[in-house]
Amino acid sequence: MAQIDSASNIEQPLTTADGVPLKVSLQRTLRRQKIVALSLVAPLFLFILFSFLFPIGDMLLRSIDNTIVPSELPQTTKLLQNWNEQSGELPNEAVYAALAADIKKGAKSKTINRTGKRLNYEYSGFSSLFRKSARRVQRLKADKVESYRKELIKIDKKWGNIKFWQVLKRESGIRTASYYLAAFDAETNEKGEAVFKPENERIYVNLFGRTLLLSFFITLMTVLLGYPIAFLLASLPTRISNLLMILVLLPFWTSLLVRTSSWIALLQKEGIINDFLVALNIIDSSNRLSLIHNSTGTVIAMTHILLPFMVLPLFSVMKTIPPDFMRAARSLGATPFTAFRRIYMPNTIPGIGAGGILVFILAIGYYITPALVGGTDGTFISNFIAYHISTSLNWGLAAALGALLLLLVLALYLLYDKIVGIDNMKLG
Amino acid sequence: MANDKPLVRFEDIQKSYDGVTLVIKSLNMNVARGEFLTMLGPSGSGKTTCLMMLAGFEPATHGEIYLDDRPINHIPPHKRGIGMVFQNYALFPHMTISENLAFPLEVRRMQKPEREQRVKKALEMVQLEGFGDRRPGQLSGGQKQRVAVARALVFDPELVLMDEPLGALDKNLREQMQYEIKHIHENLGVTVVYVTHDQSEALTMSNRVAIFDAGVIQQLDPPDILYERPENAFVANFIGENNRLFGTVLEASGDSCKVEIDGGHGTIQANPINIDGVGKRTTLSLRPERVTVNPEPGSLPNMFDAQVKELIYLGDHIRTRVSVCGHDDFIVKIPNSSTHALLKTGETARIGWNVEDCRALDQSD
Repeated sequence: MAQIDSASNIEQPLTTADGVPLKVSLQRTLRRQKIVALSLVAPLFLFILFSFLFPIGDMLLRSIDNTIVPSELPQTTKLLQNWNEQSGELPNEAVYAALAADIKKGAKSKTINRTGKRLNYEYSGFSSLFRKSARRVQRLKADKVESYRKELIKIDKKWGNIKFWQVLKRESGIRTASYYLAAFDAETNEKGEAVFKPENERIYVNLFGRTLLLSFFITLMTVLLGYPIAFLLASLPTRISNLLMILVLLPFWTSLLVRTSSWIALLQKEGIINDFLVALNIIDSSNRLSLIHNSTGTVIAMTHILLPFMVLPLFSVMKTIPPDFMRAARSLGATPFTAFRRIYMPNTIPGIGAGGILVFILAIGYYITPALVGGTDGTFISNFIAYHISTSLNWGLAAALGALLLLLVLALYLLYDKIVGIDNMKLG
Repeated sequence: MANDKPLVRFEDIQKSYDGVTLVIKSLNMNVARGEFLTMLGPSGSGKTTCLMMLAGFEPATHGEIYLDDRPINHIPPHKRGIGMVFQNYALFPHMTISENLAFPLEVRRMQKPEREQRVKKALEMVQLEGFGDRRPGQLSGGQKQRVAVARALVFDPELVLMDEPLGALDKNLREQMQYEIKHIHENLGVTVVYVTHDQSEALTMSNRVAIFDAGVIQQLDPPDILYERPENAFVANFIGENNRLFGTVLEASGDSCKVEIDGGHGTIQANPINIDGVGKRTTLSLRPERVTVNPEPGSLPNMFDAQVKELIYLGDHIRTRVSVCGHDDFIVKIPNSSTHALLKTGETARIGWNVEDCRALDQSD
């Protein structure tokens, strides 16, 4: 009898007492819960969407955005499509005429200098070329001009240089790869191929490398310094460990700027540490150590600042390791060191992983501290992003560098997931 | 013969954590070779401290512990060669079961072939063949417990300590594991020192049980002696069910004494085990199953009228709460036999008991 019942159940979907299919009824009851959950999340989600995701998306799009050139020089860019930049000949008269018309229009609306500036990123000289041309083209009388080519070259002989035309043609689309090329220290040669810049002009690849290397070093330092502290905190009675935890957290409650500045006071040539070493006759006054405004300064200050991010996850993981593990290992015949190496340490790896990835990701994106104490060889990629955002105003390049940094972090995260496993990460 | 000497000897052990109070007041105890000795007591009685000192995780504040006639106070835990099973198993979660079992052999630098053979044997002993490649997280509580026992035994220690190893298991599993551990002990002939606060566990498994209270061993005897002949009121009350009556000794002779129950509820003839003398207060201890209902008049030296307060049917016996000698919670166990007395709540019955069953012990208010 029971068998027949279950057989008929399989054939016909289950229904509730009033004949509504069970699945439908279940969804109906769950719908309310879902709506409540969604409406609780909605304010934060909208906030993040409009204040964070959209701006970042917009910023990232700038790294490939080139609409300014085709929109400011519409006729020129259109006609340039038919010109073969590898022919070695200048564009024909029609292109020059179109350029004159575009510049004239742009000069009137006072937007042409922006185009010049944009193209100046690609090839130095465009900015002055457009400024000069805009001034002079307006004075040209259309009926008196017999050859725009001649007139423009007369205005500035750069218009007779094929290199400028090649750049203009390359950058005539609404999308460009040139920011990313620049971010990789590469450029387009005459043949239109992407090649690395000469060794002495490369900046960003080295900077990425240095950022990674120093961040790795900082992470290593925080592990070496944070592990014993976390171990001590985890093995002390709660009352005392809470007190000591305040000391670990104290830096969190002090302004980042204050902490970084105090490192300057400590580490500079005439600073406390150097004075102390000189007073102890360990070093000669003429050989004071340069501890700041270089990579040493960046590593010291950032290790200090990021240390709590290592100690906290380590502590919370160590707290969960029962003291019986070590005891069991000892009773089974392991020396204290073996017990630590074989039993305790492996169980803290999730904490090292969590702290490590936290510190490392924070470090590669760090800005204030390297800017203040980094000097020239201790600055990070983020300092150059900030430079391009606020000083050189080359937002496209800043966006490209930022996007690469983001990709790098994501790649490292995936790598970490592959090796350690995100599930193994414990923050608290 | 060397084997007649005790394996473990505690000599005048005292232990204090804070320098103010003594957790172990004075401990002298021998553990014989091959014995299963249980330390039983309420929490805070010092039994676990005692085990930790033996294992080497806590130093003794005073006194000396001997293992095989060797003082071990200054020998670190890993050189004592004592196996230990912990309450929460303490299996290493990042190692497989085989790796867990191989760990003690590895740190002893045993060669791989012999290691593997020993691990295999240990898994067979606890009936977990084929579980070697799993991780502790994939095992049930009972299986983890077996692995923990196997790991403590795999390196052939002479002595194994167990610190409430069955505390985390449910009742049925606990009982089953009790027998398994008992059988392993019998088969291997290993010496076991076991800590628990569960008296039935202690009575089931042990050769001898040490009852701890307030840092002192109250009594150290085989289970039957503990139950039948408790030496003081604490042991009588701690082991098994027990009716207590308080009174003052009126007169005492060799194997009998007369005790006047507090509140003028009459006098009782009792068996003087641990009394201070005439005129001193005493606690009378009487097992509920040693009380006879409706005895023949004059057949028993102690006979009282009791009012039936409550009847609880428990299948094999009927637990009866009566009021006697001014005590409202006097328990009588009436076996469920074909001829047992039929009582009703509220009625008055006559109950009685023998002199030797009613033990006059120390004062324990």
